[in-house]
Amino acid sequence: MTASMNLLVAVCLGYVALLFLVAFVAERAALRGRGGWLRSPVVYTLSLSIYCTAWTFYGAVGYAARSGLEYLTIYLGPTLVMIGWWWGLRKLVRIGRTQRVTSVADLISSRYGKSTLLAVFVTLIAVIGTTPYIALQLQSVTASFASIAQADPNAASLDDNRNIALWVAAGLALFTILFGTRNLDANERHHGVVMAIAVEAVVKLAALMAVGVFVVWGLGGGLGETLARIDASARGQWQVDGARWAGLTFLAAAAFLTLPRMFQVLVVENEDEGHLRTASWAFPLYLMLISLFVVPIAVVGLEIMPAGSNPDQFVLTVPLSQGQNTLAMLSFLGGFSSATSMVIVASIALATMVSNHIVMPIWLRLTGGGAVISGDVRHVVILSRRVSIAAVLGFGYLYYRLSGGGAALAAIGLISFAGVAQFLPALLGGILWRGATRTGALVGLSLGFVLWVWCLLLPSFGTGVVISESVMAAGPWGIGWLRPYALFGLSGVDPLVHAIVWTMLFNAGGFTLASLISFPTPLERLQGAQFVNVFQHSGRTQNWAGDTAQSEDLMVMAQRILGPAQSQALFQEEARRQGLVGYLPEPSPDFLARLERELSGSVGAATAHAMVGQIMGAATVSVDDLLAVADETAQMMEYSSQLEAKSEELTRTARQLRAANEKLTQLSVQKDAFLSQISHELRTPMTSIRAFSEILRDGGALDAETRAKYADIIHGEAIRLTRLLDDLLDLSVLENGQVNLNLRTGVLAEVIDHAVAATGVENGPLRLVRDRQAEEVMLETDLDRLAQVFINLIANARKYCDAAAPRLTVSVQVRNGRLMIDFVDNGTGIPRAAQALVFEKFSRVSDQNAGGAGLGLAICREIMARLDGSITYLPGQGGAAFRVTLPVAQRVAAQ
Amino acid sequence: MTGKPTPLFLERRSYRQRRVIDAARLLPVLGAVLFGLPLLWPRGAEDAVRTSSSILYVFGVWLILVCLAFVISRKVEDEGDGSTDTNDEGRP
Repeated sequence: MTASMNLLVAVCLGYVALLFLVAFVAERAALRGRGGWLRSPVVYTLSLSIYCTAWTFYGAVGYAARSGLEYLTIYLGPTLVMIGWWWGLRKLVRIGRTQRVTSVADLISSRYGKSTLLAVFVTLIAVIGTTPYIALQLQSVTASFASIAQADPNAASLDDNRNIALWVAAGLALFTILFGTRNLDANERHHGVVMAIAVEAVVKLAALMAVGVFVVWGLGGGLGETLARIDASARGQWQVDGARWAGLTFLAAAAFLTLPRMFQVLVVENEDEGHLRTASWAFPLYLMLISLFVVPIAVVGLEIMPAGSNPDQFVLTVPLSQGQNTLAMLSFLGGFSSATSMVIVASIALATMVSNHIVMPIWLRLTGGGAVISGDVRHVVILSRRVSIAAVLGFGYLYYRLSGGGAALAAIGLISFAGVAQFLPALLGGILWRGATRTGALVGLSLGFVLWVWCLLLPSFGTGVVISESVMAAGPWGIGWLRPYALFGLSGVDPLVHAIVWTMLFNAGGFTLASLISFPTPLERLQGAQFVNVFQHSGRTQNWAGDTAQSEDLMVMAQRILGPAQSQALFQEEARRQGLVGYLPEPSPDFLARLERELSGSVGAATAHAMVGQIMGAATVSVDDLLAVADETAQMMEYSSQLEAKSEELTRTARQLRAANEKLTQLSVQKDAFLSQISHELRTPMTSIRAFSEILRDGGALDAETRAKYADIIHGEAIRLTRLLDDLLDLSVLENGQVNLNLRTGVLAEVIDHAVAATGVENGPLRLVRDRQAEEVMLETDLDRLAQVFINLIANARKYCDAAAPRLTVSVQVRNGRLMIDFVDNGTGIPRAAQALVFEKFSRVSDQNAGGAGLGLAICREIMARLDGSITYLPGQGGAAFRVTLPVAQRVAAQ
Repeated sequence: MTGKPTPLFLERRSYRQRRVIDAARLLPVLGAVLFGLPLLWPRGAEDAVRTSSSILYVFGVWLILVCLAFVISRKVEDEGDGSTDTNDEGRP
C-alpha cells in the first residue's frame, strides 16, 4: 500500500463522516433520554483531552528534539491542577453549575457585578489569544497533509495545501455550527460534540502510543536499548533551564484553568460534579501516557531521519520512512483529531463569548429596548452564535494565511497560554476572596494584557515587523528600561519567563491593590458572597425587589429567549409554587433571580441582568436592598428567638396549668371529705336532740328531774351545734380572707392573762408556768384574734393533758427577727402519725373527750396566717408542744 | 448563625474524612515539590543527570501521583466542605 493523497483524503472524509455519525447518535440518544452512557466520568475525562492539541501531538516531539525534557512542563502543570482539584476546580465547577456560567468571560463578569465592560474585555483577550492558536491547528493539519504528499509522487503542489486549510476550516465550521448551536442554552450540554471529542481523544492517544511502541520496540530495539540511545543522543543530559522549567509549569497550570476551551469542557460541559473525582486521577494518567513516548520518537527520529527534516513531523514521517503506511495513517488521524477537537471546542467557547458579550449587547442597544421589541430573540442569539463561529474560524484561517505558516506560528502556542493566563488573578481571586472588586479585576487585567502585548505578542511577529530593531535594542524613545525583552532592566532572562514574571506580578499586584483600595457595588458584594461561599449557600441570589415588574412583560421576554414551551413551563411551575393558578406568578425576588439565571444560560449573566433590569425599571441593586436582605436575615433570627421564648413560656404555662389542675383535683377531694365530715358532725347532735325531744313529747310518765335532765342534754347539744356552726363560720370567713383585722398595740403578757382568764384554768388542776419578764413585749396586731389562739391552746392543754399533775409551760423568745411563744404541756403529747394532721379540719387526736368538733387548731392556723405568723407543732418536747410565731417587725414598729 | 458551638472532637468517620481531605489538599504540594526537584540537578557538561534517569524519575513521580490521586478520590466523600476552618457545608 502506498501512501497516496487520494487514499488519505478518502480516509479523512470517512473519519469525519464517522465523527458526524457519533455526534448525531449521541444527540439523538440524549434527546430520547437514553444518554446514560454519555454522562459517564470517562467521557468527561476524555473530553478534557482537548488540552492536547495538534501543537502537542506533533509539536511535543519537535519540542523534545530541540529542548529535551522541557516539553513535559506543558503536561505537568495541568497534572498538578487536576490532582489538586479539591483546592480550586471543585469550587469552580460548583459555581459554574449554580450560576449557569456560559464561559470564562461570563464567570468573571458575573462575579464582578455582572459587568459588561469586563465581559467584553475578557472576550477580546480570549479572541486575541485563541485565534493564532486556531491558525496553528490549521497549519499542523496542512503540514501533515504535506508530509504525506511528499511521499506520494503524484500529489498536487503545496499550493493546494492552502486550499486544504480552507476546506478543513469550512468543514469544522459546519460541524461546529451543526452540533455546537443545536440548543441555545450554552449551559445545556453539547452531547454530540462532547462524544465526538471523546472519540477523538481515544484516537489520538492510541495513535501516539502506537507510533511510540513501534519506535521503541520496532526501531529502537527494546526499552533498555532505546534508553541507551537517548543517553547517547544530543539530548542525552538534563539541560533544562530551571527558570523555564518552573515558569512553564506554572504557565501551563494557569492556562489549563483559563483557556476558553478548557473552561468550556471543565466547567460548562460538566454533567456531574462527581466526574471531577474520576478525572482527578484519570486525566493525569492520560497526560502521562500521551507524553510517554515523546522523547523516544524524537531521539529515534533524529537518528534515522535525514538532517534538516522537520522534527515537528516525526510522528508522521518516521513511520512513513519505514514504509508503515497504516501506522502513518493512524498517526495522521491522531493529529487530525487533536486539531479538529481543539478547534471545535475553542470556536464554540469563543462564539458563546462573542455572541453573549459583544453581539447581543450591541444588538439590544441598536434595537432600542431589548425585551420590548417584537420577534423571536432566540433566532438572533443562535444566528449571532453561528456567525461568531464562522467568524472565529475565518479569523483563524486568515491569520494562518497572513502569517505564512512559518516557525513564527509555532511559537504562538506558549504566547497564547501567557495571554489567557492573565485571567488567572481575577478568576482565582474572584472565587477565593470576597474582597476582590471589579476595579481590581479591570486594573489587573489591563496591566497584564498591556505587558503581555508589549513583552511577548508584538515581538513574536519578528523583529522589525511591528516593533523596530532599534526599539527592541534600546527601548521606545531610547528609554532603556522599557525594552520588551528587558523590562525594568531585567535583562538576560528567557523572554517567555521574563514576560510571565512581569505580567503576573503586575496583574496580581494591580488586582490586589486596586481591590484593597476600591469599594465594590452592592451587586458585586452579593455576587462575591455567592461565589466565595458557594458551598455554604448554593443558589438563591436576591437581586430584585419585584413589585413594579409586570409578569406578563417578563413572560413575553422569556418566550423570546427561552422559547415558548420552556418559558411557559417555567412560569407555570413558579405560579404553582406560589399557590397561584395559571401562567403568571408574582414577580417575587426569588422568581426573578431564577428567571435571570435561566436567561443567563442563554445570553450570559450581564445581558440577562440588563434585560430583566429593563423590565424591572431599576437595573441596579441599591445599598438599601442589600441592607434589606441583611435586615430580613436579622428579622428571621429575631423571630426565631421570639418563637423559642414563646415556646418556653408555653411549656412553663402548661406546667403551671398541670399543677393547678392537680391542686383543683385535690381540693375537690378535700371538699367531698369536708362535706361528709360536716354532715356527720351535724348529724350526731341532731340525732340526740331529736331523740330526747321525741321522748319529752311522747312520754308523759317522766318525772321532773328526768325531764330537766333531758332538756339539759338537748340544750347542751344545741349549744354544741351552735358552737360548731360558729366555728365553721369563723373558719370560712378566715379562709376566704374576708376577715377584718383589728390592729391594736398591747403587751403580750396582758394577752396571755386574758386568755388564761377566759379559759378559767386558774381554778382547775392545770398549773401554768410563765416567765412574766419575757412576756413584757409590745405587740401591734389583732390582740383579740391572738388571744383566741392562746385560749384554744390553753383549753386544749386543759382538756387533753393526761399527766397526773398537768402543767403547761409558756415560754417566749426572739430568734431571727421573729417572736416565738411556745406552749408545752407534760402529757403524752400527740402521736407521731397524727402530728401532720392536727391542724386539719375535723381532725381529732383522740375521741375520749369529744368536746370539740376538731376545728380549733384549724382556726388557729388560719388566724396566724392572717397575722403574718404561723403555728406549728413542736415535736420532742416531752409532751404536746405548740409554737406560735409572730413577726418581730410589728413589735419594733410599735415601740 | 445561632452560635451553635462546633464539637471539639469528631467521631471516627468524620475525623477520617477530614484527614482524607487534608491528603487531597497536600497532594498537589507534594507533586510540586517532587517535580521541582530537577531544579537542583547539576547542569554542567560532565556531571549532568542523564536523560534516561530524568525520564524514569519524572514518570515515576507522575505514576505515584496518579496512584495516590486514585486512592484519595475513592476515599473522599462528595458531601461536605470538610474544611476545619469553616462551618460544615449543608447542601440545601
